[in-house]
Amino acid sequence: MTVDNRMNDSPDDFPVGMRVLAVDDDPTCLLVLETLLRRCQYHVTTTNQAITALALLREHKDKFDLVISDVHMPDMDGFKLLELVGLEMDLPVIMLSANGDTKLVMKGIAHGACDYLLKPVRMEELKNIWQHVIRRKKFDSKEKKKTSNLDKPTSDSGNGLGSSGAGNSEQNEKLTKKRKDQDEDEDEEQENDQDNEDPSTQKKPRVVWSVELHRKFVAAVNQLGIDKAVPKKILDLMNVEKLTRENVASHLQAFFLFSSPLLYLKRISCVANQQANMVAALGGADASYLRMSSVSGVGHLQTLSGSGQLQNNGFRSFPSSGIINRLNTPAGLNVHGFPSGVLQLSQSQNLNHNDHLKFQSAMVPVNQNGIQGMPMSVGLDQLQNNKGVISVHFDAKTFPILNKLSDPRPKVTTSGSHTPDLGISNNALMVEPRLQGTQGSVRYETLSSSPASQNSEFSLSMLDQGRYSDNWSSAVQPSVIQTNSYPPSECFRRTNIRPTDNMASVPLQGGNLSGPSITSLSRQPHDSITDMHSEGVIFTNRPGLLSSNAPFQGWDDHSQDATHHSNIMFGSINSLNPVNGAATDSNLHRNLDFSYCDPLQMKHDGFVELTEETSLKHQGNIMNQQKSQQSGFSNNLGSLEDLVSSMMKQVITFTQYTYILKFFP
Amino acid sequence: MLGLGADLLWADMNRLLAFLFHQGVLDEQFLQLQQLQDETSPNFVSEVVNIYFHESEKLLTNLRALLMEREFSDYKKMGIHLNQFMGSSSSIGAKRVRNVCVAFRAATQQNNRAGCLRALEMLEHEYCYLKNKLHELFQIEQQRALAAGVRYPAQN
Repeated sequence: MTVDNRMNDSPDDFPVGMRVLAVDDDPTCLLVLETLLRRCQYHVTTTNQAITALALLREHKDKFDLVISDVHMPDMDGFKLLELVGLEMDLPVIMLSANGDTKLVMKGIAHGACDYLLKPVRMEELKNIWQHVIRRKKFDSKEKKKTSNLDKPTSDSGNGLGSSGAGNSEQNEKLTKKRKDQDEDEDEEQENDQDNEDPSTQKKPRVVWSVELHRKFVAAVNQLGIDKAVPKKILDLMNVEKLTRENVASHLQAFFLFSSPLLYLKRISCVANQQANMVAALGGADASYLRMSSVSGVGHLQTLSGSGQLQNNGFRSFPSSGIINRLNTPAGLNVHGFPSGVLQLSQSQNLNHNDHLKFQSAMVPVNQNGIQGMPMSVGLDQLQNNKGVISVHFDAKTFPILNKLSDPRPKVTTSGSHTPDLGISNNALMVEPRLQGTQGSVRYETLSSSPASQNSEFSLSMLDQGRYSDNWSSAVQPSVIQTNSYPPSECFRRTNIRPTDNMASVPLQGGNLSGPSITSLSRQPHDSITDMHSEGVIFTNRPGLLSSNAPFQGWDDHSQDATHHSNIMFGSINSLNPVNGAATDSNLHRNLDFSYCDPLQMKHDGFVELTEETSLKHQGNIMNQQKSQQSGFSNNLGSLEDLVSSMMKQVITFTQYTYILKFFP
Repeated sequence: MLGLGADLLWADMNRLLAFLFHQGVLDEQFLQLQQLQDETSPNFVSEVVNIYFHESEKLLTNLRALLMEREFSDYKKMGIHLNQFMGSSSSIGAKRVRNVCVAFRAATQQNNRAGCLRALEMLEHEYCYLKNKLHELFQIEQQRALAAGVRYPAQN
């Protein structure tokens, strides 16, 4: 049996002795679960109350490796517990339920569960749960190795972890607001350079948010309270050397976005409610956006919330650091284009040292329906009604960074992967929208788990230069499908295709847009495509938006009912070398032509289509990379892929898939 | 070595088990429970099942109370109870009970009170049947243990 600290001390023994906390109000199930876990040679602690579980976890932060919790509990909702654990302790949480409803499963994933088991729990399933721990740890350590590690003294400045989950959401809201206010202050501190150890070598030093650092951060946030949790104060509380306010700011943004999409949504929605409508916001968006961009994107949240729709279920898109790829365009984000609630996240891959890492602003507009769409372009109203949801998944490793519109300097915030689980959950998130037919969602599948490899290549969103603005909204929302209808050339024209990019711009076309909206993908030479894949951007087409595209008409009709068109299509599918950039097989659908895209499928699936001139070349790469993509994100994908594939099965027909394969061997 | 009585009882027990499996009253989850029983937890199965009975009776009482209300409208609460019932039943391998719960839950989702009533009755019936059979099983097990005497510690 290993010692009480992390298992990686004795990898050979693992998973023997893995410390599991089991929570279930039903004594029968709890006993069975406990016995099963013991039989797997885990070290089990049980409780039948979520509150007790939280207390246990808080009290002994390092004493547990994994939490298994029932969904339906009398004293606290299992999802809430899930959120809290993810936020505060960053432990992998597995949900358990007798109810295997897809919606519930999706909800679980959205809240950050790394797995969702159905009762009766079987031994075989429990034998595998340790992988979640490993996965998370691996990312953690990977992060640490890669970047200079911010070491923090162990003491927490404050242990304000007492706040309950409910408090958090309010805190989040206030935090958002606060952040926005602080935007101006942070303007001058644009510089993103927090590499303690090696500032000179990296253009964008990364701050590795290790678990301890993150814990301190969380403690500080809790202590301050949401309304006061401004980066400066957090920084002071954390009392960590070499941590800049900038780091904290971006982490803060990512923290909320990442760790709990739901919280994020809540926050946004709260903010949104307070805020003027997106249109109004847009009107002043430039200014605010600029402000926001300077901050780490919290401001965006506000606009995002404009739609005020954040619903938990609709929560999906969160640009995570992974998403943002490096866009060369300095002004990756198009401010104007953000209609309601566009959230831009520019995420600089931690690994990237590229100077031109751009922020990729994943704009995640929050629709009124609570779906996040990408209101990229001015079509605010469109967006408002748009049900497209763009879910951006960002790499756990990196935090999203809001782009500053005006600031060409890419903001790179490398987020330490302190939330490897987030990565997972994000991935899961990615999956979720898919299944959820209710909202068109543009999903970013940015599983960019591999910091090194991924560098968030594609910036789905946006941002790249301007283009974004006009078609973003339409593009995003309308979902990729629309792009399909666009002649490839158009798409490409619009898109910012960079020669070196692997990703090549992925044109996102909105239905409304006359031109394809192109999402520029970061052009990481080496595996932009892969990144693309991993970060498949999935756009769900808004039905309304499709109308502009003739080919999509039919599709549009189909998808009308489903509010979601989760079609992720990048670039014009037709005739363009579609590059299938789906991170996961299931996610990738290459629409060679519109006909291929089954409207229904599109509804359900988000797939990333990359059309890129270079895509052809990369096709092979993509496919291969996809398969062989190991860096980080493969891990992430591991579970995600499972999830996605299982989910996608319903959506993607085998024939379609083979169709794709036919085209893209 | 087992006495003749113990052998016979063992056979009886297996026969009963086979019968229950065949009828669909129990499923392989129950087998898994049995496998979990060993020297470290010698009474595991009976412990779990007793807890199950205890909880289920509470649930059934609640369900019936809810349905018998004059202005019954809390389908959601029934759903919650049912969910727990389903979970525990499936955890011990009570397949038929669980299936009735599924049907019951469907009725609650449709706000079908009559359907719920029918389902509740069926549930109670199935539950009673299961309980009787399991009691029987445990009795045989106990007798077998006693008959085996030296080998097994006295179980209760």
